[in-house]
Amino acid sequence: MTAEQKALYNRVYVWEFPVRLYHWLNGITVTLLIISGFLIGNPIRLFYANEAYQQYWFGTVRFIHFVSAYIFFFNFLVRIYWGFVGNTFARWSNFIPLKKKQWREIGQVLKVDILLADPSERMSVGHNSLAGFVYFLTFLAFAFQSLTGFALYSANSTSFFPRLFTWVIPLFGGDMAVRQWHHVFMWFFIVFIIIHLYLVFYHDYIEGRGTTSSMVGGWKFEKDEDLKNSND
Amino acid sequence: MPEKMPTMREAIESKGYSRRDFLRYCSAAAAIVGLESLGIPKVVRAFETKPRPPVIWLHFQECTCCSESFIRSTHPIVADVIFDYLSLDYTETLMAPSGFQAEKSYKDTITKYAGQYILLIEGSVPAGNDGVYCMIGGRSAESILQEAAKDAAAVIAWGSCASNGCVQSAKPNPTNATPIHKLIDKPVVKVPGCPPIADVMTGVITHLLVFGSTPELDSQGRPKEFYSRRVHDTCYRRPYYDAGLFVESFDDENARKGYCLYKVGCRGPVTYNACAVTRWNGGVSYPIQSGHGCLGCSENGYWDNGPFYQHLASFPGFGVESTADTIGTTVGIGAAAGVTAHAVATNIRKRKLIQKLKSESAELKEDSNEGGNN
Ligand code: HEM
Ligand code: HEM
Ligand code: SF4
Ligand code: SF4
Repeated sequence: MTAEQKALYNRVYVWEFPVRLYHWLNGITVTLLIISGFLIGNPIRLFYANEAYQQYWFGTVRFIHFVSAYIFFFNFLVRIYWGFVGNTFARWSNFIPLKKKQWREIGQVLKVDILLADPSERMSVGHNSLAGFVYFLTFLAFAFQSLTGFALYSANSTSFFPRLFTWVIPLFGGDMAVRQWHHVFMWFFIVFIIIHLYLVFYHDYIEGRGTTSSMVGGWKFEKDEDLKNSND
Repeated sequence: MPEKMPTMREAIESKGYSRRDFLRYCSAAAAIVGLESLGIPKVVRAFETKPRPPVIWLHFQECTCCSESFIRSTHPIVADVIFDYLSLDYTETLMAPSGFQAEKSYKDTITKYAGQYILLIEGSVPAGNDGVYCMIGGRSAESILQEAAKDAAAVIAWGSCASNGCVQSAKPNPTNATPIHKLIDKPVVKVPGCPPIADVMTGVITHLLVFGSTPELDSQGRPKEFYSRRVHDTCYRRPYYDAGLFVESFDDENARKGYCLYKVGCRGPVTYNACAVTRWNGGVSYPIQSGHGCLGCSENGYWDNGPFYQHLASFPGFGVESTADTIGTTVGIGAAAGVTAHAVATNIRKRKLIQKLKSESAELKEDSNEGGNN
């Protein structure tokens, strides 16, 4: 084997601490919201033949949903803010493909991911353009779930914050429709997580530059030659 | 020129009620509109001084359940007096005159008492095909509505038909049944329900009479006095909900124990109405107390949110039995299967790429720490 065949990589600090903190808080709260939300929609049979004063498990499930919901929501706001002040990789311009180059990369990633072609060009070291765009759609789903969730919650609460969301209900025609859509969107998140986890592992495997661990330590790796070709 | 109407007190006394009856009614009315006992004199004063307003009650596409409910209000004296003191100058179901006489009485009221009469509407208006689906006295419901609403002092939409469209507007809504607030540009007080609770109906009218203004409305135009809380928040089965004790089917042990009806489709958590507080038929009971879940009859769109005996409505376009969960599970399993197939295909199709990555791996010198201490 010749020395040229060895790949030389440079460390790139892509995900700053706030992005990583956001990611894991988000991952944990969304998981809790899915589990508790699923139980709210389909309560399982537990401890029947009891009296109401002896237990409160359904109330606890709802409590977990609401606490996670608050953390989830404010964490999301922090990420929106960070999209304006964070490093290049965290900026909003990564999420909304307005440049021709981003569309070209979307095309290439689709070829690599779906047609299983080999990558012919360098891929962004931050989110690739397709991933960025999908995260953008996910952010919209986060916003939708927060609006419908707090609108439903406003019926349970007299505090001012959820009351800010009462206007959502007439848009849907009533609480029933809000609930229905809130429930449907849970499935968006379940499907997103399945595909997201897989694609993270897949890109780690075929790109070989530390995709998975990047969300833990913040580092990804870029080949010497690719670094020369990059202009962003 | 509008004629002067007698005051309510005069109207009541002319029906043979004593002052004692009158005061009894005033306390009941005060309670209904949420005044404490010190507020009773206010009601008495209002009824002694304010002229009795004329009332027009129109019927369009409806089943008359609202009228049926109305004549059964709890306090006999309230029901009685409401009918006696409110001059129901025109209502197809209850008025004495008929035919041309009735039409004349209606015309007289809207001209003589322009700007003073209260307009009560039961039923939706079919806006399709120039309104041919509902013609009264040779005129379409909509033209009658527009004429009557023009000079009304207040407009009240009785029941879910007039407020939301109700079953006549169920998909695909063949007559284009339309709720009142979409047709006129006056504020409409919505009193939804199928039917609305009698005491809520009399309560709304009493509010108008006592305060001379429409009650405070929520974001959907319903009086907050009666529609600000969900059936679920006032339901006596609520402790079972929080405890996670649910009826699984209508004939099980849990149903006999009176557990919560959430899993058999109760719409209490998404329905704003006073059922659990006021109850029905003189406070005897309400649907949940009788063992049946709430259908959400006071909510917009409840008629299309079936089946009523499952927690979520069926998913439009995917057959009656499929909920969001059936579809979600299918898509979820599909995603998991797709991902697995993809992983297998990757290892086959991308052999070369993976080989290349491996060949790029750096090799360590002999004397490194790796691989034990040889
Ligand atoms: C063990 C589980 C998870 C791992 C290992 C993981 C890993 C990662 C990695 C490596 C990235 C960066 C990918 C890239 O370079 O484009 C990322 C981004 C992202 N992940 Fe995850 N993830 C996990 C769970 C989740 C969950 C549960 C959610 C919530 C729905 C989620 C939502 C996101 C979002 C929204 C981004 C974009 C981050 C940003 O720029 O703000 N992830 N994840
Ligand atoms: C990714 C985020 C979320 C997911 C996956 C999720 C999922 C769910 C699901 C599946 C239900 C059950 C719906 C039903 O069948 O009746 C539910 C209920 C609910 N969710 Fe969420 N939710 C999320 C975020 C939120 C947020 C941010 C809030 C804001 C407070 C919220 C508040 C509620 C409320 C109030 C209910 C109704 C609970 C009740 O009436 O007992 N959710 N959620
Ligand atoms: S029976 Fe219906 S309204 Fe009553 S607590 Fe259960 S879900 Fe709520
Ligand atoms: S319990 Fe529900 S469906 Fe029944 S009358 Fe009350 S609001 Fe209507």
